[in-house]
Amino acid sequence: MLSFIGRSIIQKIITLFFVSVISFLIIHLAPGEPSQVDPLNPKFTPEMVERFREEFHLDQPLYIQYTYFYRDLFTGRTASWKDNQPVLKKIWEKFKNSLWLFIVGTILTWTLSFPIGIRSAIFRGGFYDRSATFFSYLLISIPGFFFAYILIIFVVNSFHVPVIGMETFGIGEPHWYRWFMDRVWHLLIPSVLGATGGIAVLSRYVRSQMLEVENQDYVRTARAKGVPEEQVHYKHALRNALLPFVTMFGLILPGLIGGSVIIESIFSWPGMGRMAYEAILARDYPVILTVNFISAVLVLAGTFVSDVLYMVVDPRIRL
Amino acid sequence: MIKTDTENFLQSTGLEGPLATRESRLQEFWRLLKGNRLAFVGLIIFVLFFCTAFTGLLLTAGTKPIFDPAMVRLQEKLRPPLSSPNLETLRSEEIPRLGVYLFGTDDLGRDVFARMMQGAWVSLTVGFVAVGIAVLIGIFMGGIAGYFGQNQLRADQMLAAVLALLGTVLLVVGTTLSGAVLLLIGSAYILFSLFWKQGAGRKTLPKWMKFFFAGAISIDTVIMRFVDIMLCFPSFFLILTVVALLPASIYNIMIVIGLTSWMGATRFVRAEFLSLREQDFVTAARALGVSAWRIIFRHMIPNAIAPVLVSATIGIATAILTEAGLSFLGFGVPPPHATWGNILSDGKRFIFDAPWLTFIPGFAILIVVLSFNLFGEGLRDIVNPKLRERY
Repeated sequence: MLSFIGRSIIQKIITLFFVSVISFLIIHLAPGEPSQVDPLNPKFTPEMVERFREEFHLDQPLYIQYTYFYRDLFTGRTASWKDNQPVLKKIWEKFKNSLWLFIVGTILTWTLSFPIGIRSAIFRGGFYDRSATFFSYLLISIPGFFFAYILIIFVVNSFHVPVIGMETFGIGEPHWYRWFMDRVWHLLIPSVLGATGGIAVLSRYVRSQMLEVENQDYVRTARAKGVPEEQVHYKHALRNALLPFVTMFGLILPGLIGGSVIIESIFSWPGMGRMAYEAILARDYPVILTVNFISAVLVLAGTFVSDVLYMVVDPRIRL
Repeated sequence: MIKTDTENFLQSTGLEGPLATRESRLQEFWRLLKGNRLAFVGLIIFVLFFCTAFTGLLLTAGTKPIFDPAMVRLQEKLRPPLSSPNLETLRSEEIPRLGVYLFGTDDLGRDVFARMMQGAWVSLTVGFVAVGIAVLIGIFMGGIAGYFGQNQLRADQMLAAVLALLGTVLLVVGTTLSGAVLLLIGSAYILFSLFWKQGAGRKTLPKWMKFFFAGAISIDTVIMRFVDIMLCFPSFFLILTVVALLPASIYNIMIVIGLTSWMGATRFVRAEFLSLREQDFVTAARALGVSAWRIIFRHMIPNAIAPVLVSATIGIATAILTEAGLSFLGFGVPPPHATWGNILSDGKRFIFDAPWLTFIPGFAILIVVLSFNLFGEGLRDIVNPKLRERY
């Protein structure tokens, strides 16, 4: 166990190093330069461009830029090229906004997909199962932005509540109850949208896991010795089907930062995805690279946690 | 005349033919497909979509197309679907070919039907080319990792590869001369070491030289670690970054989507190859002296291709969705060319006045992607006998 943890941590650090190199190369080798982002601006005289390049080490060779960048990142001094704010502080502020979407979306995904998946597995082949299957394919296939507009039209027309942004513009300091409901309405649609894909995929997965277990011998034995149907499903089958899902707790970590660029830009949600999108438009390399680095760390941490959890819950696994 | 075993058997038992109905693989596939209703509907829509895209390409291409997607009629803007044009204000060549705006017009008075026809081809090619690239890379990398995976890469070869890579990077940056020299040295050494195998062992080398010729790391490890590295990038974010930094063009989008989605195919092919190479028919082929490449292409790939095709079908759906998302954010195919994503993204400003500009492309994308997904899932059940009876 300890040797496995040690080995995998070393492996992940090596992977992280290569990720940092590759993302740095992709961004810096792409045609065009950040100093050329606004060529028509009269303030951008050649002297200014030169100063800009010097200020951000753009005139140095790539490997020196690389060491400068990661030295700054690890000492927490990286600053955005656009507004000279510290990147980590900027990300932390946007992260707090995205966190709400993530939490509500995750809760919706995990609470809805289990009942749906279990029910389809129990009544497999029936009307409920077939319609659940069809709807989950529908939800996987629908373009997120299109679905977002359908939901906006529906909610705005039938409930007459504003939904764009994090709170109603100019709402001031209302009664706490109104403030709370306003927040809930604004949070609801983006998080439902974020959760739809997850619900569709996860409920299919729950269903196939349940089917796998329901075909095992010990379930048949339980039935044969006269255990009531309820207990067979929920005590014998479900408990064993849950095993792979424990590990999925690790895999939802990357979703923290990946967020959704499209959903956040439709709803003007001041979150991570939108910040990254704006950074890409402005060629704000420090922000892009930092977001990329953090998300790579989260992916690696997520797989690590899920490996360890798997070993803890399933004694048959020896890594 | 030499008789086959079957004929001998038939003669000895006096039977006319085999008792079980003869069924070729294709017939069996067709029977199973017809049994799976959702997948069958998916296939039909897929075929229809393919025909639409192809006729759309023929009808909207050229300088004088039959349906002109770029024809601007400002006096006819935002007409609802099925409305007939105002004949008095239009010149004769501006009148829509069908005599009616089948899907309405957009804010510049362009015929949405013609634009949808043009966009269908874009969606189709983006899906197929991107997934084609991904599958080819996946088969290549997965095949090497699965078949030659146990071979060790020697330290000197790795050094040469690093040199070649450095050379490529320098070439891209702009230092042409030193880059080309490094690239040449590196690749020449690799080729040299591949074809000249005996040399290293014959001479007695000094101790420090031996280190260079020792096996350092297996090919399988290298490829799979590279897959791990690629999986660390958030894919949509990576695609967005690259597409935003590169000049806007439809080919860039296809290539970028392809280059960022080959990891799944690689893992599938590697897993299949690892189990296939232990099987008897591969051993038999090797014993007969069949060359490694022939074993891979003639014997192993046909057996390993099924799961890859399934994931490719679903991959096409994902690629179409990704392209639509990119177009929606404004990074898709550059403007005069219509795609479903940018029709929708142009139409979103008029969502309350002209909802058809949002709903027609939206539903078109939804139906096509859904049909690919359903067909892919059906295919998975059909090619995998273990999943067949259980639903």
